[in-house]
This record gives sequence, C-alpha cells and structure tokens, in this order.
Amino acid sequence: MSLLELENVTLKFGGLTAVDRLSFSVEEGEVFAIVGPNGAGKSTVFNLISRFYDPFEGTIRFDGQDLLAVKPSGVAAYGVARTFQNIELFEHATVLQNLLVGRHRHHKSNVISELFFTPSVKRQELENREKVEEVIDFLDLQAYRDKMIAGLPYGVRKVVEVARALATDPKLLLLDEPASGLSVEETTDMRWWIDDIRRQMGITVLMVEHDMGLVSGVSDRVLAMADGAKLALGTPAEVQSHPAVIEAYLGKAS
Amino acid sequence: MRIVFKTDYMQDIRPWKDGYQLSLYLILLAVVIAAPWWLNDFYLGELTNVLIWAIAGLGLMVLTGHTGQASLGHAAFLAIGCYANVILIEAGIPFLIAFPLAGILTGVIGATIAVPALRLHGIYLAIFTLALSILMDDIIVLADPITGGVGGKYIGGVEIFGHMIERWGTPGQFFWLVLTVTVIVTLGYINLLRAPLGRSFIAVRDSEVSAQAMGVDIARTKTISFGLSCTVTGWAGALMGLYAGAFNNETFSVVISIQLLMMIVIGGLGSIHGAFFGAIVIGFLPQFLSIAKEYVGALFGGDTVAIPGLEFGVFGMILIAFILFEPMGIYGRWLKIRTWIELFPFYRKDMFKRQKSYLKTERLR
Repeated sequence: MSLLELENVTLKFGGLTAVDRLSFSVEEGEVFAIVGPNGAGKSTVFNLISRFYDPFEGTIRFDGQDLLAVKPSGVAAYGVARTFQNIELFEHATVLQNLLVGRHRHHKSNVISELFFTPSVKRQELENREKVEEVIDFLDLQAYRDKMIAGLPYGVRKVVEVARALATDPKLLLLDEPASGLSVEETTDMRWWIDDIRRQMGITVLMVEHDMGLVSGVSDRVLAMADGAKLALGTPAEVQSHPAVIEAYLGKAS
Repeated sequence: MRIVFKTDYMQDIRPWKDGYQLSLYLILLAVVIAAPWWLNDFYLGELTNVLIWAIAGLGLMVLTGHTGQASLGHAAFLAIGCYANVILIEAGIPFLIAFPLAGILTGVIGATIAVPALRLHGIYLAIFTLALSILMDDIIVLADPITGGVGGKYIGGVEIFGHMIERWGTPGQFFWLVLTVTVIVTLGYINLLRAPLGRSFIAVRDSEVSAQAMGVDIARTKTISFGLSCTVTGWAGALMGLYAGAFNNETFSVVISIQLLMMIVIGGLGSIHGAFFGAIVIGFLPQFLSIAKEYVGALFGGDTVAIPGLEFGVFGMILIAFILFEPMGIYGRWLKIRTWIELFPFYRKDMFKRQKSYLKTERLR
C-alpha cells in the first residue's frame, strides 16, 4: 500500500479545471517531485492534500485513511506537514516560537492547566523543546534561535519553514518550491538536507520544484503536469526526455 | 553591557530571564503594594483607575494584540461584567463568588458571540463588534427590570469575610483588591503566552493558513481567545462599576470601546507591557492636560476654561504619532531604549529597522 494515494482527483474553479482527473501515489521512503510549467496545478495539488480545497471528485488517501474526512487542521494529526511557496511564517514571533507551534499537534494539555502552567504542562514544554532543538541542530539554525522572523533574510526563512514542518514529526513532508529564491549554495544545502530528511529521518518527501538540478539530484520519481493533468511519470531522466514534457515546456517542433 | 547566557531550557520557559530581571519586577510590585502609604488618596484613586484600565487592556490585548482580531465592542463586555457582578451581589451572593462568576459569565457570552463573528475578518469584525457596543446601550435600557434602565444602578462597597471594602471609605483596601486582580490576570496571561495555547493565538494572528497546516483549529482557537478576553474584560467591568459606584446605560459607551483599542495600540500591540503603558497614558493624560493647561494659561495670561474635546484631540494626535513613527507602541520604544542601555556603546541605529512592521491580521482569503 502506498503512503499517499490520489485517485481521479478533479478540482474546478468555476469553468476552469485546475486539476483534471489526476491519479498518482507516493511510496513510503521516496522523494517524489512534481514539475510543470506555471499554472499547471502543482500547488493546487498541495492545497488539496492540505484540505484547503475540497476536490470536485476523486479520493485522497493517506496511510490507508481517507484524508477527505478531516478538517484542514486535522491533516497535521495524520503526520502530514508542509511548507508554502510564499513563506508563511509567524512574522512577529521568534524562530523558536515558530518551531514550537510545529509541536502543536502533539500537545495534550487543556486550557485550564495551561493558564496555571501546571507541572505536566512544564514537562510537555521541555519535551517539545528537546524535539525542536534536534531540528535546530539538524538544519543549523542555532544562530537564529531567538531572532524574530521579521528581521531574518529570505534564505533563512525558507530553512525555518522546513524546520517548522519537521518539528511536527511528520511521516510525509510537502515542500512547495523549497529552492525558489535561494542562491546556488543555499540550493545545494537544501539538496543535502532533503536527502538527509529521507535517509536519516525516514520521512517521505513530496515536493514541487522548478529547479531541475535539484529535482534530478534528489528525487526518485518525478511527475510532470500541465493544465492540471498528468503528462509523464517516471525517473527524472525518463521524464526530462519525455516528448510530451518537452512539448509542454518548449512547444511543438514545427 | 549585560549578556544573559542560556544554559538551561527552563530559562526560556520560566517567565523571567534571570535573577536581575526578577528582582526588578519584585521591587516594582513591592513599591506598588506600598502605594497607600506613599500616595495621597486622590492619586491612589487615579492609580486604581489606571490598574482597572490595565486589566481591561489585558483583556482586549489577548484578542487584538495576540490573536489579531480587532474588536471595537469591548465596552459591551465591560458592561456585562459590571451589571452581572452587581446583580449577583444584590441577589445575595457573596462578592468573592459573584466577582469570578461575573467574569466567567461574560466570557461565556463572549465565546457565544464569537461563533458567528468567526467568519468575519479585519474591518468587518470591527464593525460587527462596534454594532455590539451600540446595541448594548439599548439592551440595558430595554432590560429595565434587571438593569435599572436609564436610572442605572448603585453599589456602595463589597464585603469580603465580613470586612467592608469601599472606593471612598477604604481607598487603600480597594486599591489592594484591584491590584490582586491585576496580578492574578497578569500571571495567567504570562502562563498563557508560554503555553501551546498562547502560541496558537500568535499563529492564528500571523498566518491562518500555516496555523491550520500545523494542526491549529482556527475556529476553536478564536473562540477560546474571545472567551478568555471577555472574561478578563468582564472582571475589569465589575471593578469599574465598584470604582464608579453608580452607572447606567451610558457609562459603557462606544467611546470607551474606542478608547480601549487606542490604548493598547499606543501601549504596544502584542505585549503585556503594552496594556500597562497604554493604561498609564490613558489614566494620567486628563490630569496631565489640566495641569499643563494651568501652566500655559499662567504663561500667556489666558483663562483656564475647559476646551471641549481637548483630551480626545491630544489622544488622537498621540495615536497618529505612534502609528506613523512607532507602530509597536510605547513598549516597542522601551525595548529600543533598553537595548541601547544594555549594549552601550554598541547600539546601532538600524538594529530594529527590519522589524518595523505593522501587526498583520487575517491572511486567509
């Protein structure tokens, strides 16, 4: 059984079909990339998995459970974490606080005990902090721990977003353009991190990315999309040489 | 130059950074507790007023400063708390039970009102709550049999363990009563901010989409925020009623709502300090103005007739100045001054430059 299965998923905005009868599945432990020209519906697929949109038809199953049965805030509880194309961090909070929000799905305390900050809440906070520190070590964010997001450069914010997603302890990590706007060195760093996330942490990664160097470097399988539909699916080399993909990017040879 | 080295996770979890900071706050608390001995009755009354405003400010700060939901209707919740407290006492319930109950009742009503308000964002929520504030005036008049309508209600003092505490008769003890409530609310607020709930408030304020993706239930979080905010506001209202002694439908007008919102903006949105700084400005501004007016009058030989609307005019100008030059309020300015002292002589002019931004509220849709 695959970790994530999309079957016949269709999403329409009025007359526009954003995602057209799309089916694919992500296996446990792989890095799966989605590529395609702008407006192909890649981010929309992410938003469907995050339950921000309800599909017109079709099913989305995660780990054998129906993902469409939960609210958007319930997706994280299954172990699905994501980053956003245009960074969506909590601007007026420190890096540490941002990562601690990532631990939200694990909290067991109730409102009253939190208002009194009982010893059990304290224990929980220490546990959270320990997990967050592991992520900080992993992504080399020590220098920024107590900095406000509002004052951080773009490249660091991008990493903090990945860190926040990792802090949730996910089974599946959705990365929406992890390398967009990053310098060459930062992209290389990101590449090794994605590799480590898969190898060391055993987290399955599903990503949308335009940088073909990064895609062919880390991903096991690539899905190419255009106009909301599947064009090709296979290894990076197969997809890159697929005639339909070349046509979608470059147009038909006359 | 002072540097705090962190060697323990508890240093980030407990409310104070180090012993130095803790002792500063303890000294401040001791000085304030001793206020009845070093202040005359008039200024003690003013200080009590400032503390009551600070409690109301803390209540609104939870909702607006930390959850990002602007409310122009908190005077309505002040009124609910005030009336509930007095009506419960009149029904023969002792103050020590009636007072907490009045706040909780206000909180429950606030959380109930939050349910339809959850769908509203930014200015629409402000208008919705503004309407609430205006409605409350009429509701009080219509509910004449319970609320006393236009005639209003009176309350002399309250009894705690057979001991009478009164605003005019025993100003010192009334001050301590208000101070106790202030300290309890502030401690609860500090706990909230270091617990998961406080962080989810901040998450909802800064980015609803990613809060959702992290598993924060937006509707639930906002409802709890409304509930907690209104509970605290209800307590402030109850104390305001005791402070004023007499009140009717016009006591808690829309003007109070607006004043409350202006207060926390001037103090600094998103910080506990902000509520206190704002309350100090709003509490002492009238006194300051009347004293200043006398001086100016003496200087130019003019008369000292009251200028209508002067207080609000000055208040408005202060607000505009803060929004233009210091969006993070007095607390933001204080942070800069403190950093300047702590880092002396290494403070750079552009240290906070990148952080000069307004609190962003509501991003989803």
